Amino acid sequence: MEKMPKWADVVLIPLISLLLATILSAIVILAIGEDPIEAVNLMVTGALGSTYGWGYTLYYATNFIFTGLAVAVAFHARLFNIGGEGQAMLGGLGVAIVCLSVPWPHWTIALLAACGASMLFGAAWAAIPAYLQAKRGSHIVITTIMFNFIAAALLNYMLVNVMKPSGSQDPATARFPEAVHLPSFQSLFSTADNVVFRGAPVNITFFIAILACFAVWALIWRTRLGYEIRAYGFSETGAVYAGISPVRITIIAMLISGALAGMMAINNVMGEAERLVLNSTENAGFIGIAVALMGRSHPFGVFLAALLFGFLYQGGAELALWTQIPRDLIVIVQGLVILFTGALDNMVRAPLEKLFISLRKEAK
Amino acid sequence: MTLMKSLMGAAAAVALTAGAAMAEPALIFDLGGKFDKSFNEAAHNGASRWAEETGGTYREIEMQSEAQREQALRRFAEAGSNPIITMGFGMADPLAAVAADYPDTTFVVVDVTWLDAPNLRQVGFAEHEGSYLVGMMAAMASKTGTVGFIGGMDVPLIRHFGCGYAQGAKAVNPDINVVANMTGTTPAAWNDPVKGSELTKAQISQGADVVYAAAGGTGVGVLQTAADEGILSIGVDSNQNHLHPGQVLTSMLKRVDVAVYDAMSAGDDVETGVFVMGLAQDGVGVAMDENNAELVTDDMKAAVDKARQDIIDGNVKVVSYYENDSCPALQF
Repeated sequence: MEKMPKWADVVLIPLISLLLATILSAIVILAIGEDPIEAVNLMVTGALGSTYGWGYTLYYATNFIFTGLAVAVAFHARLFNIGGEGQAMLGGLGVAIVCLSVPWPHWTIALLAACGASMLFGAAWAAIPAYLQAKRGSHIVITTIMFNFIAAALLNYMLVNVMKPSGSQDPATARFPEAVHLPSFQSLFSTADNVVFRGAPVNITFFIAILACFAVWALIWRTRLGYEIRAYGFSETGAVYAGISPVRITIIAMLISGALAGMMAINNVMGEAERLVLNSTENAGFIGIAVALMGRSHPFGVFLAALLFGFLYQGGAELALWTQIPRDLIVIVQGLVILFTGALDNMVRAPLEKLFISLRKEAK
Repeated sequence: MTLMKSLMGAAAAVALTAGAAMAEPALIFDLGGKFDKSFNEAAHNGASRWAEETGGTYREIEMQSEAQREQALRRFAEAGSNPIITMGFGMADPLAAVAADYPDTTFVVVDVTWLDAPNLRQVGFAEHEGSYLVGMMAAMASKTGTVGFIGGMDVPLIRHFGCGYAQGAKAVNPDINVVANMTGTTPAAWNDPVKGSELTKAQISQGADVVYAAAGGTGVGVLQTAADEGILSIGVDSNQNHLHPGQVLTSMLKRVDVAVYDAMSAGDDVETGVFVMGLAQDGVGVAMDENNAELVTDDMKAAVDKARQDIIDGNVKVVSYYENDSCPALQF
């Protein structure tokens, strides 16, 4: 029997965790002599108070949706993929190769090809750790994190020695041609006399991210493969007894996970930077872990958590722009949110469960 | 940190309207952060000096993400900051996109010289020339015939440093062995003193008795280990001779602080164009002070002074790594 109603599990616990993180952050801001109410005000107006702020919030959120989904899919098979960072880097490499090597006539075709390339490269980068886990028993946490470093080294080599336009001092590829530039929200939603999302990087990839959420939901809860992934995640021995191959599920789940992480590159490489830079992923792969934890590995939860982290990123940028609050404090706030929603989940859950049980007894 | 103590209005919107009248300069640090013991910190020092001397205030931000580069440029420009000083080659692309939208704002960029915009002041440094001089000193001080180079992140800029260094060393001793290592391939390589220390030990075991660190915060570990192991080291960017008096041969100065200070002092009407700060402009150079006086022999001093003059006069040409993405004296 359920210890507490589902709404409490899905809504109440994250909200309380968030509140606790906010209170602690406020204390830290007070301690360095700044006004926490002003700071929150600045973050909210900066991130959500204008289409411009939303444009950045949604841009970051798009990145986190992809990496969050990637971690979530692997979680369902009880695999901890912390290689989203490297897989997204490789996805970026795939996108850059596709965008630069073929003279695309129109962005729609380029987008399809870039989607394919990013998924392929991301999946390929996840394939080796997946194989090592499935066949050799090398722990996926160790191998995926090591592959992040290999990906960084590979990207560095490619950008510094191969893909950098000669004479350029910036280790980055050339700009992608005009034809492959994805439409931004500014060009999609602005009218002649009302420019919205001005200068913001959010682009059509946001809709692809929402599609990916639906696709993952359908995969996990509406297909046979998804059932097998979940069954394997719940109990390996049970799954084996039911005729599910652990090797097959491990590899397939990791390939899907890697492909999703790689797709992040559509947003940050093709949509925003329009070229591949060394530092293109900026820890979004790691934020994805927090997003998946907070979203309870459900696509809708991932979507909401990604929005929250997008808000923290953009709100944090506004704080850094207009106050003396150092950027490290913004990292602290983000860290507290991750700590409370991920690691300290039981601290909120246990008393809440007790509360609900005692309430139920009284009702009887 | 009392430069801009008060919150700038209740919200960004307020700051936007209030900012227009102030025209205070803005400083945008690169991803390494304000206190990176190197490039960004030099900019911070220049700005602080300006603030102390004039009592002026300025806005500043440390970048956290690539997407913020353009964002910060636009927000500061819209808030009326002028000039807007930016650090590092990573700003080149965003500036190319943004500068034309704000023709009344002057942008200053350090380490970029290849853009084309009328409202842009581009300041580059001839790091290879300064590195050439410290390379000469390293070769003259070395007894083993092997000198080391430890770079930070493996990017063209750092190869540019190493390339000048190797040319200088080989100019003194054509048979010299130059050992070069990079700390890493991620931005963490700028701040990894432990790895810097390990690389130093590895180079010592290969025979190096002078090491040159062009690695930001990582260099602190290089200089420390070199001092502990009794070999000489060479600092970078700012004068690091004082860190281990008598054990740091010299420092390759790159006067980012002067570039920032000058831009802030000039204010709104800072001159635009491309400025390359080489040996002649004292933009780069070697640090000579009481901490390294006993290490620098008269021969060394004479040779460096002569080479400096030869480079300024054009009699000696130090090949830049950027010319064809390779180095004649060193393989990376």
